Amino acid sequence: MKTVEPILLSGNLAEAYAIKQLDVDVVAAYPITPQTTIIEKISEYVADGELDANFMLVESEHSAISSCLSAASAGARVFTSTSSQGLLLMHEILFITSALRLPVVMAVANRSVSAPINIWCDHGDIMPQRDVGWIQLFAESAQEAYDKLIQAYRIAEDPEVRLPVMVNTDGIILSHTYEPVFLLEDSEVASFVPWKLYPLRLDPENPLTMGAFGYPEYYFETRYQSAKALEDSINTISEVDEKFGEISGRKYGTVSPFRCEDADVILISMGSISETIRATVRKLREKGEKVGMISLKLFRPFPFKEMISLVQDVKAVGVVDRAFSPGAAVGPVFNDITSALYLSKMSVPCVNFFAGLGGRDVRMAEVEDMFEKLKEVANTGVVKEHRYYVGLRG
Amino acid sequence: MVTLKDYQGGETAWCPGCGNFGILVAVKKALVELGISPHEVLMVSGIGQSSKLPHYMKCNLFNGLHGRTLPVATAAKLVNHRLHVFAVGGDGDGYGEGGNHLIHTIRRNIGVKYLVHNNQIYGLTKGQASPTSDLGFVTKSTPRGVVSTPLNPISLALALGASFVARSFSGDVPHLVQMIKEAVNHRGFALIDILQPCVTFNHLNTYSWYKERVYKMGEEEGYDATERLAAFKKAQEWGERIPIGVFYKEERPAFEELFPAIEDMPLVNQKIEPKQFERLIKEFM
Repeated sequence: MKTVEPILLSGNLAEAYAIKQLDVDVVAAYPITPQTTIIEKISEYVADGELDANFMLVESEHSAISSCLSAASAGARVFTSTSSQGLLLMHEILFITSALRLPVVMAVANRSVSAPINIWCDHGDIMPQRDVGWIQLFAESAQEAYDKLIQAYRIAEDPEVRLPVMVNTDGIILSHTYEPVFLLEDSEVASFVPWKLYPLRLDPENPLTMGAFGYPEYYFETRYQSAKALEDSINTISEVDEKFGEISGRKYGTVSPFRCEDADVILISMGSISETIRATVRKLREKGEKVGMISLKLFRPFPFKEMISLVQDVKAVGVVDRAFSPGAAVGPVFNDITSALYLSKMSVPCVNFFAGLGGRDVRMAEVEDMFEKLKEVANTGVVKEHRYYVGLRG
Repeated sequence: MVTLKDYQGGETAWCPGCGNFGILVAVKKALVELGISPHEVLMVSGIGQSSKLPHYMKCNLFNGLHGRTLPVATAAKLVNHRLHVFAVGGDGDGYGEGGNHLIHTIRRNIGVKYLVHNNQIYGLTKGQASPTSDLGFVTKSTPRGVVSTPLNPISLALALGASFVARSFSGDVPHLVQMIKEAVNHRGFALIDILQPCVTFNHLNTYSWYKERVYKMGEEEGYDATERLAAFKKAQEWGERIPIGVFYKEERPAFEELFPAIEDMPLVNQKIEPKQFERLIKEFM
């Protein structure tokens, strides 16, 4: 159903709808808040005969990702979805999925991790998955979640890529909030992501081995190939986004700048918080302030070049991290941004803002405050404090 | 003297009419009747509506991860075996995500008392099929009904050689009190599978559904809870009639009794005295 008029969907329901249109073969999952309504809706599609898939209600997230891995290795198009501890429980299998170059696609409704127990949004679950070798896309609306999930299959199944992809949507904020979403026709989705049987699959007629022992003579090269494939996938990711734009009128880029052209200070962020920052930029621009923002849409592979081109003439950069990297001097996103600057021999003053952990609201007033701090750095050229904890009490 | 008031906890967040209330009352009553004080009790819970139980009473509490109650409880019991250690979870927590831990905890026969709130549904995530959901049961994750055979916790525990296996019903508080007391007085691991109606998300296995079916094994003449094969046969009964009571009980040493080092004093109270190791260290120097 192509909707000229948008229909009201939550992020989770929009993703479930995309999975139905993508005609996925195997879905394996375990309930966990705030992801659960995705798989509930999919189970309904399967039961009603709207999606011809094998729906596996497994006993843990470890089993869910293992089932997806094995089904993909036999050539099936697969899907799973999780959050928080569920994603942490999948951790060891995530490495194997990428190393075996299996195009598994997963939706993550990002949620904090224990302890203490908290079911609200932050990026504490995804950051420990930085090095698992998956492509990691971030959405900032239900529309984008729907669009990204469709893009994810085309990227994952591209013969040049053949890597697993995670689509991250902020839990509760995006997963459960209803907003107007434009849908594509089933046929458009089908032709955008045509189903092909992979040549390298477990097939009794053409036996092959997966996951075998890697002696020191070969292990290094094998891991290098996976890492290289992930790094190179950025070209396909950009191409798929362009092509998706042609059929839908919506494209996002690996980085999405807003009012950066003549900005003195820029805030960089991922996920739903970017919407608040964009609105704040709009407000401050009306007052004549030269502020801008960049929403990071792709976290792995990290879009180094694209990021650098946007910040080269800026006087101060702020980076919002929605998770800690305890023991490190800075947050995980900040770490990547400053590495990108260093590798480009650029020296831009940077400030790290930790915000929105465990579902703590980040409002426009707080974003304005972040810009104030950045302007001070821009004016003086001095970074007094390189870390701020937005709204932290005590 | 310990009273129910000593165990009084905060306000609950369960639905009105939830089967968990009966279990909460029974746990407190059993502890009071056994004369156990709150400071002598450790409740280890996982994730689920069941795992909120210790939040609503006053005692020591470790709230861990989904399915991971038993490893935590095992270690706690080993370092302080004078503590009354309970593990509290649900059917998803204990028979699903934590199934592997159940197997190995039974093998060890550690003196942990495991209370499983079995409501045959995932309540916390609002109504998906659980490992004990009956065949054909329609839930949010099984719109055409459950197709996997439900897990039978009683026969699983018996097959693994559990030393105490019981079932009770949250709608029969006196019976549950009796089961908990027997479990506490038992040497080693005790599993109590507690049938618990979920009034919001399980409209099949309701209070009346259970009430019409449950009967007490003790009242049936000739049932001998020391006969493992008979217990196994009894464990197969489900549907028209559902037996509650102690299925099987066996006296054998608990895991914590196998460590001479903690025979006289719990590990937690033992001081590290380097002098005691001096001779040993010298021997290897």
